[in-house]
Amino acid sequence: MANRKKIIRDGIIDDNPILFQIIGICSALAVTNLMMNSLIMGVSLIFVTALSSFTISIIRKYTPDHVRMMVQVLIISVYVIFVDIFLKAYMPDMSKALGPYVGLIITNCIIMGRAEAFAVNNGPVDSFIDGAAAGIGYTLVLLVIASIRELMGFGTLFGIQVLPETVTQWTLMIMPPSAFFILGIFIWIATNRKLTKEEGGSKK
Amino acid sequence: MIQVHPLVIFFASIFTSNMIFSNFLGMCSFTSVSKEIETAAGLGIAVTFVLAITTVLNYIVYHYILVYFGLEYLRFIIFILVIAAFVQFLEMVLEKYLENLYYSLGIFLPLITVNCAIMGVSLFMVTRNYNLVQTAFFGLGSGIGWALAIVSMAGIRSRINEDNLPLGLGGPAITLITTGIMAMAFIGFSGIVSIS
Repeated sequence: MANRKKIIRDGIIDDNPILFQIIGICSALAVTNLMMNSLIMGVSLIFVTALSSFTISIIRKYTPDHVRMMVQVLIISVYVIFVDIFLKAYMPDMSKALGPYVGLIITNCIIMGRAEAFAVNNGPVDSFIDGAAAGIGYTLVLLVIASIRELMGFGTLFGIQVLPETVTQWTLMIMPPSAFFILGIFIWIATNRKLTKEEGGSKK
Repeated sequence: MIQVHPLVIFFASIFTSNMIFSNFLGMCSFTSVSKEIETAAGLGIAVTFVLAITTVLNYIVYHYILVYFGLEYLRFIIFILVIAAFVQFLEMVLEKYLENLYYSLGIFLPLITVNCAIMGVSLFMVTRNYNLVQTAFFGLGSGIGWALAIVSMAGIRSRINEDNLPLGLGGPAITLITTGIMAMAFIGFSGIVSIS
């Protein structure tokens, strides 16, 4: 059990895919102008990562090594198609807002990364937990970035007015550059804390 | 729907809706391969070439095969297969006939399959309902825009002395912040042409 706790901790905090591994940032930057978009994107990613890691882990002993990548991509695509069809059927507005970024979950390096780094060597249940943890870590970062951008850009959170309407809306916050700035600063803080911790540890 | 002139799409996809600065596509290789101008240029050329061709291939496959059989929902799988197959094919051709080019571009080819810009352009082509000529210009323009972004980023990064930066700011963090500043500069182009 201790091992599983570590897997979850690694995925969400210590080895957060966005902040420390710098993977999967394309969609992280693109959908964070609204909290709702980020939440849906995050939940979709948790679903796809967890289930594809689970599936890849089940069939890992039967897949020949040289077609491994192709098989993984196909498994991931199948789950992404599920998500796409589900969104189109039940949340048509959301499906339009996210546009091509739903399809781009396939090329999101987090999923492939977890599959290659973890699922090919571990059991299905552990892989499922690992995939879900990485997805949750991704979602949390997305939500924090989106909360800053939406609050400053529109004065709302999840579409609910939070700041008084008299506060000037900061249009730059909903435009692309702010996503780069905020994520850059986040990664800076995270790396800084990690390096400081490592230095402190080695001195003792 | 108003038909946008192909040339407008071409310039818009280079400047105003640049793949990196306004659509955030291809960021993974953008942050990791932008340390030196030469490698960045190599990857840029490879991406432009693959983009220009796969987008047209995907257009043909999508409109003449998938739509014909009513299988639009399979487009994700088909697009990724077309891209992977084309990259594999290109690698084999280069290795056999153009060995010099293979050694300079070869290492980037596997990276391209997972570059979200390639997949993204094909998906945008579908959502925006482009016709064949528009698609061809859109693919080429997006590739040139991406190459332009990564080469200029590499140019800036080679001038940054990472030793003088505060702890933790070096590497990806400073790259993202610089990209943000460049994206602001590119907003300046937004009056020239626009597509949405």
